[in-house]
Amino acid sequence: MAAVRLKKETLGRRFVKDLKRNWIKYVMILPVLIYFILFHYWPMYGILLGFKDYKIKLGILGSPWVGLEHFERFFNTYNFWNLIQNTLTLSIYTLLVGFPIPIIFALLLNYLRKRRLKKTVQMISYAPHFISTVVICSMITMFTMQDTGVFNLLRGMMGLESIDFMADPKLFKHIYVWSGVWQSMGWNAIIYVSALAGVDYEMHEAAIMDGATKIQRMIHIDIPSIKSTIIMLFILNMGSLMSVGFEKVYLLQNSLNKSASEIISTYVYQVGLIDNDYGYSTAVGLFNTVINVILLVSANMISKKVADESLF
Amino acid sequence: MRRQYVNRVRRFNSDKLFDVVNVLIMLVLLVVFTWPLWFVLIASISDPILVMSGEVLLIPKKLTLAGYKQMLEYKELWTGYANTIFITVVGTVLNLIMSVCFAYPLSDKNFKPRRILLMVFMFTMYFSGGLIPHYLVVKQLGLLDTRWAMIIPSLISVYNSLVIRSYFMNSIPGELEEASLLDGANSAQYLWRVVLPLSKPVLAVVGLYYAVSHWNDYYNALIYLYKAELYPLQTVLRNLLISAQALVNDTSGITDAAAIEEAFNRAMTMKYSVIVVAAVPMLCIYPFVQKFFIKGVMVGAVKG
Repeated sequence: MAAVRLKKETLGRRFVKDLKRNWIKYVMILPVLIYFILFHYWPMYGILLGFKDYKIKLGILGSPWVGLEHFERFFNTYNFWNLIQNTLTLSIYTLLVGFPIPIIFALLLNYLRKRRLKKTVQMISYAPHFISTVVICSMITMFTMQDTGVFNLLRGMMGLESIDFMADPKLFKHIYVWSGVWQSMGWNAIIYVSALAGVDYEMHEAAIMDGATKIQRMIHIDIPSIKSTIIMLFILNMGSLMSVGFEKVYLLQNSLNKSASEIISTYVYQVGLIDNDYGYSTAVGLFNTVINVILLVSANMISKKVADESLF
Repeated sequence: MRRQYVNRVRRFNSDKLFDVVNVLIMLVLLVVFTWPLWFVLIASISDPILVMSGEVLLIPKKLTLAGYKQMLEYKELWTGYANTIFITVVGTVLNLIMSVCFAYPLSDKNFKPRRILLMVFMFTMYFSGGLIPHYLVVKQLGLLDTRWAMIIPSLISVYNSLVIRSYFMNSIPGELEEASLLDGANSAQYLWRVVLPLSKPVLAVVGLYYAVSHWNDYYNALIYLYKAELYPLQTVLRNLLISAQALVNDTSGITDAAAIEEAFNRAMTMKYSVIVVAAVPMLCIYPFVQKFFIKGVMVGAVKG
């Protein structure tokens, strides 16, 4: 008892001492802490809504509990599997195409001998990242418009018939993923370009002496050297497998392609803010977040075991 | 001796081919990246009828500024522009102040609550309350349907702040702090006079990230704003393009075929010029900061 008390006192005294010495830093961090409490931790308390029948008059605490009713309703809703399938299709397709392409792009840039060309390509490849989703989606819609869209005009010149791209649910995933590659490949390559710049050039010199070709050097020197960066980003990507960004899908969605473009996040928005079904929407959102956390933690664990790399 | 020679020849040929293919790929990519943007630009200054019939693909034809002229009369667009400029300027300044308040104490190894606070802040990168709980908090704080709803809920990005923190820790020599403290400066003076001036590159990059996210923000307006006079540029743009689309589909009110065609063409011309006006500011700024981009990406920074 006495020992515990003694320890407590010293901890308290140590804090006061630190407060006196570092008071400026404490003052600085205070608004940051308040921000996180208000806009991140307070909403977490709102998750209770997912287990309640929310009545505005009664508030979150006063509303009656309904247990897992919202979750049951979600699992039994007619388009549950459709939502999961659409979300996973978009995210897995994005991962398969969007993850390796920036790595390949960075490797190719790295072997480009003409510095001017390298600089130009790199700078221009960043451009789409700075264009808003609204503009990107408008461009996609205009370019793919039936008869007058420029993609259909080009198809016409090649003797192909005009397609109403945005009206075909089968085409939605391709449009979404490949426009995403256009948007982000340059930007996502930056991290690999900087990792490749750190590769020891002596290894390359030794390989050149041994008669290795550029492709061999790429496979045996460059890729192993940036392995840990690749794995780290892969874990991060796994963690967001179920969270396909809301904005772009929402902006590309229309009544004709909805069977392929309704995903969890657009559904959360629809039932929450359009239908005002707060409790249900919160439950669906929570389901999504929990799956993401599970995916992130498992990806992290697997990579810790298999490759000895981990995020936390 | 001979094997080495053969090796060298093989390598020479293979590498030559590789270089040629590589340059070709890069040239194709250049076209892929620039042509869609170029097309929007030339379509905005060409005769819409020629654009729609596919005659404008590489160079503008029958130059006209009709789209831009019409835009000048479109009042909503300018309100949107003003709102977005306000959100971007005020938002970015506040973002940077808060991020420095995050990064500076947490970069100091002697700051006792450093580890626990980092954990508290980083946890929010992976777990959040979701749409409705956030919406209710913003509503409860009275921010709903105000300009501040576009700024305050996204005051700090953990990732951006960690980038600044790791710059403070890795690129500013620790001896500078000892020296300035010996000179009698306190840590605020040290931050202001030594750390911040040395951190200009990283502040420029992170400032750009924040500015871009405000300029391009559509989501927060969709969720938190109802009054049309508060709409930012992106929302105005979206509504305009949707209504242009609606005009194409819904021609019931107009019976005169020529009038329909004219209205349609006008909508089509303005579409391209509005896109140009919305996208150009950010596209003009980033090249100036791009040489610092490498400083803004650090996987290590997110490592707990």
